[in-house]
Amino acid sequence: MTTRDWEVVIGLEIHAQLNTASKIFSGASTAFGAEPNRQACAVDIALPGVLPVLNRGAVERAIRFGLALESQIAAKSVFARKNYFYPDLPKGYQISQFELPVVVGGRIAIQVGDGEQRYEKSINLTRAHLEEDAGKSLHEDFHGMSGIDLNRAGTPLLEIVSEPEMSSSAEAVAYARAMHALVRWIEICDGNMQEGSFRCDANVSVRRPGAPLGTRREIKNLNSFRFLQQAIDYEIQWQIETLEDGGRITQATVLFDPDNGETRVMRSKEDAHDYRYFPDPDLLPLVIDPAWVDQVRGAMPELPQAMRARFMRDFGLSAYDAATLTASREVALYFQDTIDAAAGQHAKLCANWVMGDLAARLNKAELEVGNSPVTPAQLAGLVLRIADNTVSNNIGKKVFDALWNGEGASADAIIDAQGLRQVTDSGAIEAIVDEVLTANEKSVAEFRAGKEKAFNALVGQIMKASRGKANPAIVNDILRRKLES
Amino acid sequence: MSLSIEQVMRVAGLARIELADDEAEATRAKLNSILQLIEQLQAVDTRGIEPMSHPQDVAQRLRDDVATECDARDAFQAIAPRTENGLYLVPKVIE
Amino acid sequence: MINASLTELRAALDTRKISSAELATLFLDRIERLQPALNAFITVDRERALDAARAADARIAAGTAGPLTGIPLAHKDVFCTQGLLTSCGSKMLSNFVSPYDAHVVSLLKAAGTVMLGKTNMDEFAMGSSNENSHYGPVRNPWDTGRIPGGSSGGSAAAVAARMVPMATGTDTGGSVRQPAALTGITGIKPTYGTVSRYGMVAYASSFDQAGAFGASAADCALLLGAMTGFDPRDSTSLERPAADYTQALQSGASATTPLAGLRIGVPEEFFADGLDDDVRTAVEAALAEYRKLGAQTVAVSLPNARLAIPAYYVLAPAEASSNLSRFDGVRYGHRADSYSDLDDLYRKSRSEGFGAEVQRRILIGTYVLSHGYYDAYYLQAQKLRRLIAEDFRRAFTQCDVIAGPTSPSTAWAIGAKSDDPVRMYLSDIYTIAVNLAGLPGLSHPCGFGNGHLPVGLQLIGDYFDEARLLATAHGYQQATDWHLRRPALAD
Repeated sequence: MTTRDWEVVIGLEIHAQLNTASKIFSGASTAFGAEPNRQACAVDIALPGVLPVLNRGAVERAIRFGLALESQIAAKSVFARKNYFYPDLPKGYQISQFELPVVVGGRIAIQVGDGEQRYEKSINLTRAHLEEDAGKSLHEDFHGMSGIDLNRAGTPLLEIVSEPEMSSSAEAVAYARAMHALVRWIEICDGNMQEGSFRCDANVSVRRPGAPLGTRREIKNLNSFRFLQQAIDYEIQWQIETLEDGGRITQATVLFDPDNGETRVMRSKEDAHDYRYFPDPDLLPLVIDPAWVDQVRGAMPELPQAMRARFMRDFGLSAYDAATLTASREVALYFQDTIDAAAGQHAKLCANWVMGDLAARLNKAELEVGNSPVTPAQLAGLVLRIADNTVSNNIGKKVFDALWNGEGASADAIIDAQGLRQVTDSGAIEAIVDEVLTANEKSVAEFRAGKEKAFNALVGQIMKASRGKANPAIVNDILRRKLES
Repeated sequence: MSLSIEQVMRVAGLARIELADDEAEATRAKLNSILQLIEQLQAVDTRGIEPMSHPQDVAQRLRDDVATECDARDAFQAIAPRTENGLYLVPKVIE
Repeated sequence: MINASLTELRAALDTRKISSAELATLFLDRIERLQPALNAFITVDRERALDAARAADARIAAGTAGPLTGIPLAHKDVFCTQGLLTSCGSKMLSNFVSPYDAHVVSLLKAAGTVMLGKTNMDEFAMGSSNENSHYGPVRNPWDTGRIPGGSSGGSAAAVAARMVPMATGTDTGGSVRQPAALTGITGIKPTYGTVSRYGMVAYASSFDQAGAFGASAADCALLLGAMTGFDPRDSTSLERPAADYTQALQSGASATTPLAGLRIGVPEEFFADGLDDDVRTAVEAALAEYRKLGAQTVAVSLPNARLAIPAYYVLAPAEASSNLSRFDGVRYGHRADSYSDLDDLYRKSRSEGFGAEVQRRILIGTYVLSHGYYDAYYLQAQKLRRLIAEDFRRAFTQCDVIAGPTSPSTAWAIGAKSDDPVRMYLSDIYTIAVNLAGLPGLSHPCGFGNGHLPVGLQLIGDYFDEARLLATAHGYQQATDWHLRRPALAD
């Protein structure tokens, strides 16, 4: 993809459904997957005469979010009506916040790229505000008509608006991932993207370096990180090509079609420029007492940034390891539990196991870390046996497999039951070495003729003869001594 | 300030009110007489005055986060113009 | 019985002089007889009423009756009533059988009142003459060629003609007080937030407030008392200690000067140009009567009151334009028969469903909120709203209640103003400021103007001072008999 001579400017608006039990302005349940319109109460379907009352749980989650991003929690914020006609919007307006949002400012650190190219960046937030979700239009054919399901109408949303500070799709995805991890970390959103609990809109524009901001187009409703990346990449390319062909960009709302990988202008947004916002007269200003904020602060979990710093400081982990371990709260907690069970020792080894074998195994089994068959205590038991040379790293993998398959309650039990204890008795090892040397005279001769590779072959044979249990360092020593004598 | 026919039609479009061509002029005249009445507000100096949204200066009351509503779909849809399989039907929505 | 006060009806029911079912039948028969001439009702439900009356009789027999148990009433058709048409005077809701009860309806049901039916009204409560109803105009019982006022004209006419002893209404810009004045009865709109708006079809949310109609302040006190109370479903409902308005009617002052010590503020602005002479004469005579009863009148000023109408006609239509967006032909209400696409469905359903005045207010409201005009209109009007509220606050440092005419004229002929919306709007010149401030207001009859048409006097109170308003009007009604006069038609 070419972006030569062009600067890309991306801002994200993320809609995170808050995981409350009831809706933001009504007592209907928010549970996903009910039959159509069975969770749409009188308020949600906007019967004449019904009125909204604000859910404390939604506000509490917004406060939690603001605290996590070091934002200002507005002492007073106001709900406004955003007026437009759409069948999934039963009142003909969405209750949202406009001039005075509940959360202002804040920032989040993002990790972009991999390996050598990896870098960190801080993205500023403009604001986050509370609003209600709309229902759903189902387009399967009802005699040429659409069906409207209002179960989702009134589900609380936190709309999180970033500053336009991302300059590539990779940064946008990194930001979205960091935000996704954070809202789950502080337990305000289940983050289920398939069910639409976490949706991204991307504002994309391009400009010549140093030029004023270009006209932006907003890509709506991106519900996977892959689509986010593809849609932004397509849009950047399209905008550059349009401008290079002498065309102009006009402000528009577009949809991404995953089937052909293209964006197209939304027809239903014709009134988008005139939402006629005004303060909702059915709701009074939301006033948040500082004492409430303090109380919420007191109940906040340790945040990823703080945890990263602590992992680096207390456990001597690298920035990379610390960031990887804190990419999700579940992993971070798993690691924390593991190292606690290992009495705070062997942090690097614990980290390697959590990020390496455990992560790979979970990934292959499509399991969340919270459902890992190997518990942190079991993993810590294994790490301790590797650290004290009871087993080698390689045998450790065998023990890990056995733990995964439930072949024993602990690493120790498996090591004992399967006789995996590492042999460190040099007499015993020497005997094996002698046996192998006798049986492999050809390799011995090759080594003595200068072929260093033959040495490794002999080590392999010895390890095999010991069923992997011989301590590799001692094997090395004895073998070299014997061959060179 | 008085509205042109184009402005009247634009506002009617936003409000999803259909105005036949032969009604538009009469509507425009009536709207303009109302706007003329409203215009009196412009003469008042309101610098430094806080806009008043509500009669009482009180804060929003908060509801505990508890699901209290039971399913009443059948009652609600008994009065709906057109439904099928529990869905409200509308002409095809084009996004 | 037809002309009895609520207290007298209570006594008659409690002493078994009449049963609730008999009382309901009496009024239902009267409704049947007078409805063709007055068109005060949209729906009359005899069967439901008699069921409720029999249930009330059982309560009375069991000794568990409250002050209003067994007494007939009518609800303005703006209140949702479960299982019964709730039309709001509109074609849009002419098929809307509400699946739930408004808070006010529930409270009055629980109190054992017997609902006879739903009263006619200006469509979506927008109007001052009750000519804007899909169900045709309501006629004034004092002269059936004239309007009864609006928008709660059906309720007012029904009480004035004694088709029902009490009725509910709503008041957004004067819609209880003005028709009360024009039909010669008493009506009160309490402080905004006193009566829950839940289940009241919204016109302008920050102004709408339910109120009560009765023959007298004492009757209004009983009805209003049963309507008030905190409702968690309305965010603007205020948590206040319960008030006993009937108890408060008995002031401690002497029988000859029951209002001694009361300071009545008289705003000069309410007696300026635009006030008809016959109304002025009646109101001034009433003020003289108040002085005779021991009250003292003091001049006060409401300098910004003249801007109440323009401010209101920005803010109320703005809120209305948004409140009425839910009427889109999708989930309930009128849906056009044929349409080419979604937008066509919206436009046709709404244009067919809404009458001319409602459409006008939607258009004005849409315009003042639209991009580029918000600050000049909406925000400026909200600032005026504060200035007007401040005027009242200052006035109430000098007086206890404010008095003046409720309406600048008596009832006008049907059709006289229907083609000139601005002239119609100006008829609410004395009532609208009260809604902008959110204060309580009451209108009571104080005489007759030309053509023997009733004149109303408006009393405005400070926030939450409903009890004082009712006690003041009660004091006046103890000494006068204007509130006992009945239109000839009704006999």
